[in-house]
Amino acid sequence: MKNLSVKRRLVAVAMTSALVLAACGGDDEETAEDAPTAETAAAEPTATADAATAEAGGDADGAVGVSLILKNTSNPFFVSMANSAEAEAEALGVTLTVAAGREDGDTDSQIAAIEAAIANGDRGILITPSGDAVIPALKAAREAGLLVIALDTPPSDASAVDITFATDNYLAGQLIGQWTAAKLGGEKATIAMLNLFNDQVVSVDTQRNQGFLNGMGILDEYDPSGNGKEPPTGSYSGGEYEVVCNEPTNGAVDGGKSAMETCLSQNPDINVVYTINEPAAQGAFDALTAAGKADGAIIASVDGGCDPGLRLVADGVIGATAQQYPGQMATLGMAAIKQLADGGAAPEVTAGLDFFNTGVALVTGEPMEGVESISVEEGQAICWG
Amino acid sequence: MNAATSAVNEPILAARGLVKRFGRVTALGGADLELYPGEVLAVIGDNGAGKSSLIKCLSGAMVPDEGSIELDGAAVTFRRPQDARAAGIETVYQTLAVAPALDIATNIYLGRERRKPGLLGSVFRIVDQSGMRRDAKQALDDLGIGTLQDITQAVETLSGGQRQAVAVARAAAFGSKVVILDEPTAALGVKESGQVLQLIRDLRDRGLPVILISHNMPHVFEVADRIHIQRLGRRAAVVTPASHSMSDAVAIMTGAAVA
Amino acid sequence: MTDSIAAPPGDAASLHRSSGGPLERIQHTLHRYPTLSPALVLVLSCLVFAWASDGKFQQPFNLGIMLQQTAVLAVLAVGQTLIILTAGVDLSVGTAMLLTHMVVAKMAADHGVPGVLALALGMVVGLLLGAFHGGIVTKIGLPPFIVTLGTFYIYNSLGLRYGEAQTISKEAIGEDSLLLWTSKRVTWGEFNITAGVLVAIVLYIAFGFVLAKTAWGRHVYATGDDREAARLAGIDVTRVLISVYMVAGFIYAVGAWVQIGRAESASMNAATDINLQTITAVVIGGTSLFGGRGRLTGTLIGALIVTTFTQGLKLSGVDAYWQNFAIGSLILVAVALDQWIRKVAK
Repeated sequence: MKNLSVKRRLVAVAMTSALVLAACGGDDEETAEDAPTAETAAAEPTATADAATAEAGGDADGAVGVSLILKNTSNPFFVSMANSAEAEAEALGVTLTVAAGREDGDTDSQIAAIEAAIANGDRGILITPSGDAVIPALKAAREAGLLVIALDTPPSDASAVDITFATDNYLAGQLIGQWTAAKLGGEKATIAMLNLFNDQVVSVDTQRNQGFLNGMGILDEYDPSGNGKEPPTGSYSGGEYEVVCNEPTNGAVDGGKSAMETCLSQNPDINVVYTINEPAAQGAFDALTAAGKADGAIIASVDGGCDPGLRLVADGVIGATAQQYPGQMATLGMAAIKQLADGGAAPEVTAGLDFFNTGVALVTGEPMEGVESISVEEGQAICWG
Repeated sequence: MNAATSAVNEPILAARGLVKRFGRVTALGGADLELYPGEVLAVIGDNGAGKSSLIKCLSGAMVPDEGSIELDGAAVTFRRPQDARAAGIETVYQTLAVAPALDIATNIYLGRERRKPGLLGSVFRIVDQSGMRRDAKQALDDLGIGTLQDITQAVETLSGGQRQAVAVARAAAFGSKVVILDEPTAALGVKESGQVLQLIRDLRDRGLPVILISHNMPHVFEVADRIHIQRLGRRAAVVTPASHSMSDAVAIMTGAAVA
Repeated sequence: MTDSIAAPPGDAASLHRSSGGPLERIQHTLHRYPTLSPALVLVLSCLVFAWASDGKFQQPFNLGIMLQQTAVLAVLAVGQTLIILTAGVDLSVGTAMLLTHMVVAKMAADHGVPGVLALALGMVVGLLLGAFHGGIVTKIGLPPFIVTLGTFYIYNSLGLRYGEAQTISKEAIGEDSLLLWTSKRVTWGEFNITAGVLVAIVLYIAFGFVLAKTAWGRHVYATGDDREAARLAGIDVTRVLISVYMVAGFIYAVGAWVQIGRAESASMNAATDINLQTITAVVIGGTSLFGGRGRLTGTLIGALIVTTFTQGLKLSGVDAYWQNFAIGSLILVAVALDQWIRKVAK
C-alpha cells in the first residue's frame, strides 16, 4: 500500500520533469555541444523516472537500490556529485534515485526522499543534509537497515548516519591560511572574512573560516559555535593582524561583491580576503577592482571547481584555493553501500578524524615553502563542475 | 415643461418591447419606456419589478434579448456602457463609479482625458491637466455647485452629497442627450438630498432630459414631470404628480390598483 | 491643580482643539503627501547610522556603494509598484528577472549574440512573461498572488534547468558586450556609481512622468482604486491590467540588464531576497497594497531605506539577526501607518 503512494509521488516527479524538459527541449539540443554537462543534467530527472518504474516493478532482480539526496540542484557542486553518482551507478549496476531539496535548507523535501528510500527498499542513502530536521528520518532509515552515509556535510548528531564522506574543511581552511601567512611574509594583515552565512551556523562555513584563521596562526582551537569570535586585532604567525569584518555571501558572486563593498566601507586598506568559495571570491575581486584596491589584496578561497574556481587561480585573481572532490564523495559512498550489500565490510573513518576524508589539495600558481600544493594544471585535470 | 407639451413632441429616447431573461427568470417581459425632451421622468417600482434591468439596457450595461431602443427616432444598439456614452447617454450609477483616491477634475475626465495640443500630446501623450481642471471647475460652476472649492481635492475627502455632485457634473458635462440617475439620494441626508434634487432640476432647465430611478416617493413627486411605474417586468402605468397621489402610485406599483 | 485652573484661556482653547487637532492634522498632511513619511524615515535613519557607524556610513565610497546595491531592487520595484497600484502583487518579479537574465547572458555567452540583440530578446522574453501573468489574471480571473506564486517556482526551475545551474562569467558574456555596460563606472573621487544606477534613475523619471502625466497612468490608478467604478467610467480595465503586467515584463528585462552589470555575471543563485524586497520597498514607500494610491518617488525612497537599513546596521556592527528584525518591524509600521492614514478618507 505504501509503495503505491511512493509510486504516485515519483510519477508526479517524472511528469513535472517531463514538462520542464519539454519546455526546454530545444535549448538543450542547441547547447549540448557547447556544454557537455547539458546532456547529463537533462538526463538526470529521466534517470529518476526510470528508477521509479524499475522499483515499482519490484526488486526481484536483486539490484541494489541507492538514494542520493542533495541539498539542491542549483549548485554545480551537487550537480557534479549527481553526475559522478550516475556514472558510478551504471558501472556498479546500482539502481540510483536522485532527489534534492528546492533550495538550501529545504529539509521537508529531503525527509520525503528519505521516507521514499525506506519504502522503496533501498539498501543505502547518500545525503548532503540540509539541516538537523532530517536527523529523525535518517535514524529511522538506519533502523530499517539502510546504510546511511552523509556526504560533504556531517549532521550535528553523528549517530544519525553510519559514516560521513567529506572534505576535511578545517584542513582546507588551514592550507589556505598557511599559504596566506607565508605569502604575506611578515606584512601587516588587514583581513576581510567573507563567509557563507551570518544568520545560521553551518559546520562547513565555520570549519573553513576557523581553519583559515588557524592556518594564519590567529586561532588555536576550533569553536563550533560559529564565526566572528576571533579577537579583532592581535598577531598572526608573521606579524600584526586586524580582522575588519565577517560578512555573508551566500556563496554567490553578487553576495561576495556586496560583502566586500561593506568591508571596504569599514576599512579601505584590506589586503587579505578569505572567501568561502570561488564565486564569492569573484564578487570580492570585482568590488576590489571597482575600488581600485585589487592589486594589493591577496584572495584565498576553498572549493576548486573548474570554473570559475581554477580559472580564477590561473588568472591570478585568487592566490590559492583548497580543492575538494565531490565526485569522490558520491562514488566512494556508493561503492561502500554496494560492498556492504554484497556482504562485504562496512566503511571506516579516516585515522585521526571522525569521518572519511575524500581528500583536499591546495592549488596555487605561487607555491610557498613549507606549504604543500599542486599546480593549477594538476588541479584542472581533476577539478569538478 | 409639462406632460402636455411633452406629449406633442417625439420622444428623445424610447424603448419598445424589451425582454431580458436570466434562465427561467424573466426580468423584463416586453417593457416600454418613453423619455421626452426637457422632462424629468421618474422610474419607480417594487424590488424585482425590472427597474434596474430596464435602466441597464438603456445605459448599455446589459444587452436585451428582444426589443428595440430608439434615440432621436433612430434605432440604436448598445453592447457596452461606452456605446451608450458615445451616443450621448450618461449614467450616474448608485455606486457613483468614481475613483476615491483621484481628484475631482481627474474623476470628471476619467476615461475621456484630453491631451495637450501638438507634439506633447500626440507623441508624449501628455494630458492637458490645466485645461481639464479649468473646464471641470466650469462644469461644477455651471451646476451651481459652489461648495467644491478645490478641484484638486481627492474625491474620498468629500461628503456623500459632494461625491454625488461630482458624478452628476461628470454626466452633465458629457451627456449631450440623456442623463440617467440611479438612486441618487439613497445614501444621503435631508439637506444633501435637497441639493441633489436641485441639481436634477438644473439639468432639466438646461434642456437635458433626465431619467431618475428612486425608491423615495417624496423625492420623486418633488422633481418628476412624469412617473413611469414598473411592475412585473412591464410598464404598468405612466402618471404625473398632478394626476395621482403618492398612495395612488404605490397602489399601482404593488398591484393593489390599476391605472 | 491650581495651575491648570489658572491656565490662560488661550491654552484651554488649544487643548480643546487637540482632541481632533494636531494628530488629525498630521494624518491629513500625510494623506495629502504620501511620500512624506518614508522620506522622514530615510533622513532619520541616515542620521542615526551616520552616528552609530562612527562615520563610516556617510563616507562617499559607502554612499556610492549603497546606490549600486539599490539599483536592481529599485528597477524591479517600479514594476512592482505598477502592479500593486492595480491592487495586484508580483511574487515572481525576482525570479522572472533572473530567468530573463539567464536567457540574455546565455545568448551572448553560448551563441555569441551581440549585446543589443540579446537585450532585445530579453525584452521579448520579459514581455511574454508579463503578458502571460496579465492574461491569466484578467481572462481566467485568478488572483495575482496565486498566479505569481506559481510562476515564482516555475521560473526558478526553468532558469536552473536552462542555465544548467552554472554561473556565467563576464568573460563568457564578453567584457565589451553592451550587457556589461551597466557595470561601467562613473567616479567622483571616492564616490562612484555604475551605469546601472543611471538606468534606474532614468526608469524612475520615465515612469514617474507616465504615471502622472498620461491618461494611462490615471487609468492605472483608477483601476486599482475601484475596478468596477473604472469600468463603468468607461475604462477598458482588462487592457489596462494586461498592459501593466506587460510593462512589468519589460522592467524584468531592464532589471536583468542592471543585474548582469551589478554581479558582472549571471546566476540563478543571485539576488536571493529580491522578490520580497521589492514588495517591502513599495510598501515602505507608502503605496497601498489595496491599490489606487502611491507614488514612484515613495518606492524609490523605500528601496533606499531597505539598503540603508541593511548596510547601516552592518556598518554599525549590529548582529545579523537584528537586521531582518528591523526591516520586518519597518514593514509593520509602514502598513499600520498606511491604514491609519486611509482612515482620514472614511
